[in-house]
Amino acid sequence: MWGKRLNFRVWIRGAALTRRFLAETTPSLALRERAAHQPSLPMFAINTSALFGQLLVGLINGSFYALLSLGLAVIFGLLNIINFAHGALFMMGAFCAYFLLNLAGVGYWGALVLTPVIVGAFGIFLERTMLHRLANLDHLYGLLLTFGLALIIQGLFQNYFGSSGLPYAIPPELTGAQNLGFMFLPNYRAWVVVLSAIVCFATWFAIEKTSLGALLRAATENPALVRAFGVNVPRMITLAYGFGVGLAGLAGVLAAPINQVRPLMGADLIIVVFAVVVIGGMGSILGSIVTGFALGVIEGLTKYIYPEASNTVVFVVMALVLMVKPAGLFGRAS
Amino acid sequence: MKISVSMLALTAALGFATAAFADDKNVKLGVLTDMAGLYADVGGAGSIVAAQMAVDDSGLAAKGWKIDIVSADHQNKPDVGVNISRQWADQDKVDGIFDVLTSSVALAVAGVAKDKNLVYMNSGAAASDLTNSACTPNTVHWTYDTYLLANGTGKAVVKSGGDTWFFLTADYAFGQALERDTTAVITANGGKVLGSVRHPLSSSDFSSYLLQAQASKAKIIGLANAGGDTANSIKQASEFGITAGGQKLAALLLFITDVHSVGLKIAQGLQFTTTFYWDQNDGTRAFAKRFAEKMKNHQMPTMVQAGVYASVNHYLKTLAAMGANPHDGAKVVSKMKETPTEDALFGKGSIQANGRVIHPGYLFQVKTPEESKGEWDLVKQIATIPADEAFTPIAQSTCALLKK
Amino acid sequence: MAASSTVIQSPSGARGFNTELKVFGGMAALLIVLPLTGLVYPYFIMQALCFALFACAFNLLIGYVGLLSFGHAVFLGTAGYVSAHAARVWGLAPELAILLAVMAALGLGLAIGLLAIRRQGIYFAMTTLALSQMMYFVYLQAPFTHGEDGIQGVPQARLLGLIDLSKPLILYYSVLAIFLLAFLLIYRAINSPFGEILKAIRENEPRAISLGYKTDRYKLVAFVLSAGLAGLAGAVKVIVAQNASLTDVHWAMSGEVVLMTLVGGLGTIFGPVVGAFIITAMQQYLAGWGQWVQVAQGVIFVACVLAFRRGIVGEIAARLKIPL
Repeated sequence: MWGKRLNFRVWIRGAALTRRFLAETTPSLALRERAAHQPSLPMFAINTSALFGQLLVGLINGSFYALLSLGLAVIFGLLNIINFAHGALFMMGAFCAYFLLNLAGVGYWGALVLTPVIVGAFGIFLERTMLHRLANLDHLYGLLLTFGLALIIQGLFQNYFGSSGLPYAIPPELTGAQNLGFMFLPNYRAWVVVLSAIVCFATWFAIEKTSLGALLRAATENPALVRAFGVNVPRMITLAYGFGVGLAGLAGVLAAPINQVRPLMGADLIIVVFAVVVIGGMGSILGSIVTGFALGVIEGLTKYIYPEASNTVVFVVMALVLMVKPAGLFGRAS
Repeated sequence: MKISVSMLALTAALGFATAAFADDKNVKLGVLTDMAGLYADVGGAGSIVAAQMAVDDSGLAAKGWKIDIVSADHQNKPDVGVNISRQWADQDKVDGIFDVLTSSVALAVAGVAKDKNLVYMNSGAAASDLTNSACTPNTVHWTYDTYLLANGTGKAVVKSGGDTWFFLTADYAFGQALERDTTAVITANGGKVLGSVRHPLSSSDFSSYLLQAQASKAKIIGLANAGGDTANSIKQASEFGITAGGQKLAALLLFITDVHSVGLKIAQGLQFTTTFYWDQNDGTRAFAKRFAEKMKNHQMPTMVQAGVYASVNHYLKTLAAMGANPHDGAKVVSKMKETPTEDALFGKGSIQANGRVIHPGYLFQVKTPEESKGEWDLVKQIATIPADEAFTPIAQSTCALLKK
Repeated sequence: MAASSTVIQSPSGARGFNTELKVFGGMAALLIVLPLTGLVYPYFIMQALCFALFACAFNLLIGYVGLLSFGHAVFLGTAGYVSAHAARVWGLAPELAILLAVMAALGLGLAIGLLAIRRQGIYFAMTTLALSQMMYFVYLQAPFTHGEDGIQGVPQARLLGLIDLSKPLILYYSVLAIFLLAFLLIYRAINSPFGEILKAIRENEPRAISLGYKTDRYKLVAFVLSAGLAGLAGAVKVIVAQNASLTDVHWAMSGEVVLMTLVGGLGTIFGPVVGAFIITAMQQYLAGWGQWVQVAQGVIFVACVLAFRRGIVGEIAARLKIPL
């Protein structure tokens, strides 16, 4: 299976890269000294530290936007539907990690590999049993169906787990923090940024630069033609849905130690991600990744300049983009 | 609200029929709480258990009283709470509403209770407004309020040198009231508030708020939030090295369940104000033991759950003394105010004319992991706040009932 | 782009006028008698009527223009806040508060409509959803809405200086009158030349454009009209419930109105009313089931989309071969 292999490769590369990243960011003596003296520095220096801190936090949020909007883009590319259940599946990813730990004794690292596969398989089940029946209908029905699925999934989890969070511990390898001088960067959050960047760009590479990706893109453009070449397009669609959903599951595992495991953790997030998708335009894989990270950073910047607007800034950007470029920054005109 | 349509009609009819009799001994209690949200461990199922225990302990069933308890989940939403309480009053003929944690819901339900002339005994909400600007002849406010928290934790922290503050405030009636009352105490004791940031109720990621608090360079980061929000703030402050960087947290409202969920390793040393701790004396221990046995997760009672027990206890005692249920909220409440309160959990106390129940408060400190001898052996008492200092002096209360 | 034609399949013609009139009469009679029977909690029917109006307004867009607005709660909630604030803080009479609220909804409808109709289909849905979520966050923080606390204790004063809304039955019949009038207004709009053009756009927009119609302008007018009617529903609902809260602006409410319309029948005249009563009743009588209600709603959603796309009224209409 495509999704499994990809994630495994990414996981190994991710771990190595994180080690390097952390080695580079380990604070030097000079940095520590500056941090110790900070209270006596003038206003300007204090503001810089807060600014960088907020930008970094923004980048962490951006990682989730990017992972989720990428999954939506992959699904949209092949199925032409907006997967409203994406937030619920993201939440299932986090719960999956929680169950793996508490029922099967599988820790974070195992969950990081297994969860995308499990959630992806669940996605494939949804596609085979329900979504594919809507292939010939208006795409809006896909949105409605997945909205209904989201209600069911979230409702079920709320029934059994309430709406407050279940704790999920940061893996021992990633506890602690780095003093960057301007802020403490928890190791785990650094890992989230690095891993999601790697996963995103690996996906982009696989779709835009490999022969398998070329086939996918061709199937998006002209399914009949690709079918004529003897490719099983329906299966490809199913797998693409599974892969997109698997990405949501992966994001869920990454979010579990940060956000706790909560039935509604994806419900509000997904709407921000929709705005991200409208801003980026659905046409481009790279577009959805870049927009995701960029909007996280913009949000962080807003938290520094005018915190009251930080919740709305993504939507304001969306309104502006719609006025100037209705098809989205990277989108093709529909 | 597990009531079918026909049951509704039936109880409504019964309500009408029995109201006419002078020796009416039917009582219906409504426990309105958060069943599944971030305050569910603080109140929730435990509040219903506590109410049932108080009914059982009253022994009134043997004396011909028929006491029913209904319960509902207000989801921490004022509109949901208002709709349920209105329907309880109109359709289900509920006599009194209990618990109602979450100040926004509490204040909204106070209006309904007054309109429908119900007994309203709040033991879960913190906003001191309930017995000040928003007081009604139907409200009794048990357990604690923001004035107590500010004067307990706030004063203690300022006096021990924490004189510059930055607030992390839950953005609704409770957080705002707590920030307001604590600010008053800080300034009165020579401290200074450098700023504050508001976060939505039930947030999960506090990192950006904590960075703002850190940038303020205040000595104390005051957490004007509760339940799951407080637990998450404390955990993430530790993750972002804020406590290691020299700033201190002041958890203005901390429940025993929060300490349990955060863990002693991170929470140790935090000081907080409470009016009830399960391990205070033989009476509280006996209650806690019975309570934990009835709870699915075997948790120890919080002060909110203890408050539900105490308020139902006082309500039933008063009704028993009156001999029958007059189904007249204001009348029962005024009778309750004449009667001194006494129970094993809060000791002896009284109810002021504005509805505020007066009893002592205590300053507690979270134990270190070494000090703890068991799963629920979490905190130790360091000071007592005498009853006459714990709550707003009646002369300062802005309650309109007092200006006659 | 003719995709939307698969969504709806019951255009009504002039021939059906008589049947529709009879059904309308029956509905009105039932609603007049219902509170007198004492079988149903009047407060519940009033709430259901407000949602029915909301769903009818929503249906005007999805059913007759083929536009799925996934953020319609924003109009319901905005009008609710305006009318609550006007009545409680400014002390305006109910009719003025409602009027002001409808104007606010119309204005917001114009602003959101101008942005959203730049995209079609699924993008339109996502844009409306995102813009309504933006307003949600605005209301979460704006001082006049009191955020989580909401606006409580909205007065039930005298309508037009005469009608005392604090009396339950009088309130009920006032709400019913507003609902029936608005319902007739929607019916009239659908069966006017304007309505015919909307249906033409729904069936085949490029063709309507080639016939010389400025379709964007028609879509915008329909959007604004729908927003205003949703606003009316929101304003009345606040007077009934005596409070305005974030629930009415949340996206879950937008989803609920889609569900109501879908269950009743997209593009049918009476469908949204039936759907609204069913969904409101579910929430009312199954409240003790906690989140199982949400699960049930999800299941209905899925079932409707997979097997039951005509909805209840659409199905009945198709069986009996009459327009409803």
